[in-house]
Amino acid sequence: MTQLINDTGFVPEDWTHGFCAQGAANDCLALDLPSDADPAAIDLAEGLQMIRIDFPSSADGRGFTIARALRLRGFTGRLRAHGAVIADQYAMARRAGFDEVEVTDEIAARQPADQWLARANWQENDYQSRLRG
Amino acid sequence: MYHYTDFDGAFLKERNAQFRAQVERRIDGSLTEDEFKPLRLMNGLYLQLHAYMLRVAIPYGTLNGRQMTRLADIADKWDKGYGHFTTRQNIQYNWPELRDVPDMLDALAEVNMHAIQTSGNTIRNVTADHFAGAAADEVADPRPIAELIRQWSTDHPEFQFLPRKFKVAVTGSENDRAVIKAHDIGIQIVARDGVIGYKIIIGGGLGRTPMIGKVLHDFLPQEDLLPYLEAIVSVYNLLGRRDNKYKARIKITVHENGIEDIRARVDERFALIKPLFTGIDQQTLARIEADFAAPDFKTASEAPYHHARQHDPLFRSWSDTNLAKHKAPGYAIVSISIKAHGKTPGDATSYQMRLMASLAKRYGHDELRISHEQNVILPHVHKEDLPAVYAALKAAGLGTANIGLISDIIACPGMDYCALATARSIPIAQDIATRFDELKLEHDVGPLKIKISGCINACGHHHVGHIGILGLDRAGVENYQITLGGDGTQDATIGERAGPGFSADEIIPAVERLVLAYLNLRAEPAETFLQTYTRLGLAPFKSALYPETQTATAA
Repeated sequence: MTQLINDTGFVPEDWTHGFCAQGAANDCLALDLPSDADPAAIDLAEGLQMIRIDFPSSADGRGFTIARALRLRGFTGRLRAHGAVIADQYAMARRAGFDEVEVTDEIAARQPADQWLARANWQENDYQSRLRG
Repeated sequence: MYHYTDFDGAFLKERNAQFRAQVERRIDGSLTEDEFKPLRLMNGLYLQLHAYMLRVAIPYGTLNGRQMTRLADIADKWDKGYGHFTTRQNIQYNWPELRDVPDMLDALAEVNMHAIQTSGNTIRNVTADHFAGAAADEVADPRPIAELIRQWSTDHPEFQFLPRKFKVAVTGSENDRAVIKAHDIGIQIVARDGVIGYKIIIGGGLGRTPMIGKVLHDFLPQEDLLPYLEAIVSVYNLLGRRDNKYKARIKITVHENGIEDIRARVDERFALIKPLFTGIDQQTLARIEADFAAPDFKTASEAPYHHARQHDPLFRSWSDTNLAKHKAPGYAIVSISIKAHGKTPGDATSYQMRLMASLAKRYGHDELRISHEQNVILPHVHKEDLPAVYAALKAAGLGTANIGLISDIIACPGMDYCALATARSIPIAQDIATRFDELKLEHDVGPLKIKISGCINACGHHHVGHIGILGLDRAGVENYQITLGGDGTQDATIGERAGPGFSADEIIPAVERLVLAYLNLRAEPAETFLQTYTRLGLAPFKSALYPETQTATAA
């Protein structure tokens, strides 16, 4: 099982439409992407409401760039980081364009909500926002 | 120098609090060792052979007297009274206790210093020409854009878990003193018809697969710098290999995909990123540039300098080797050698650090630099004050007159400290320096760069040494391979391997044979070792290195 996390801490899963893999039918509502996905090759169909990007390990930072690239391409739907993400990466995930993080129960048990809430101030102390305008 | 803003100060405070909590969360089990490792590395904390090592950034090599004094205080309070200056303008403390590190970071933050991104698979401390802002030959001071890049790369959300480490160096001069072609990204400030732009070089690096960087853009407009850098690192983050750490650097990405392919990808990404930069970064840059305005240079007599040169042969010798041309009349750039013969290259005691800090305050407009060649620079000293500066340095064991000479050796920490090393490097450097000091040949030999690495990762830059020495482990015995003809300047060249390696006992005599051969081979005393090597090639040096083989072949 997994735990969904956003700026308010641990929250219950509210997505009930499931996920489909790349290359599925056009009526896919939520897309699951592996960490080696090419963000330029994703079909951003009109009905697509959510993209979930996998983090196989907390040391694999490709998902941050994939998220940023999808936002650059104009994706405004829900963007979720999934898998081996740690609390220390929450601010990075939010700044890169993710809305929320879904982690394994094992991580959620080791890193309770307060450790994630400690990073909910991701809009502060952010060099990027000062340089981009 | 750059003035920390309230934002910079608040950022450091928050960052240090986060790291303090991370150490606690490692101890209480919230973080696994695998999770903690990249977090401690991106805060400068390594685990070495015998202990932890804290690598503190000296951004673009620039610091003031108060900061240098603080480095000395930290060495006394939490280490063994010394620090080690590195080839990337950092200082390393080799003996801290893990529990003390958060306090060390707080002590650094009080003087606007930190250890952020000095390690790990992140964009590392940005380095720059150590003569920046003082050199007579520069187009522009490279430090303002180095600071801009520091801000952009610090805690960049996309780039804290890259495939591998990522090093950026900047120079404002055609004469490259920052080894930009051996960096993941090298930036040269250039002027074209009076307009400033940037030449962007990518894919250089040493290590086990040495590569000279390739030009990605020959004249990037100023306002495009950050979005263009972001495009490069974004492309690398997705394309760089994660299956093999030895193939993960961008030099391999460029080599495998080709510079044209990389350029096309970067251009595509740049087009998307550029609109997000509203130009506010250029206002920030303008403020940073104002911070780096030249000090108020004084006008004074040069008579004391000329008098000392005439009457003090030691001062004369020192001023021949350790001074460089300054852009302001009457001024000189002083290189303080941290390479006393027989001592560990790059190690300075807390006493020496405090002395250098006080000299900077009294005679040097309160500025110091750390060079990638592991020396300390006083960039702005009036010639009037040079005799006093020299006398004070000499009394503290800092008066060695050997900048650019055979004993001004770059050596990695090697097996004395490093967990990766396969051989010792520091004792080899010490023995070479001691031997040539005995021979009294150093000044006759002239400019000669020896660089020593204690393993294939090449932290000692041996590939770009005129004489490079690589220490390996051959069935449990140290074996030293020699490369010749390497060059780390604007004419960057990877050295050529001379032949079979030498044992620890044989390597010093081998270097001596090489140097004596050069003295016989040079066309005139003004022809440097590297020039002679370029003119004649490997063959005559190889004969000098392997005389027995030569005899056997002749027979």
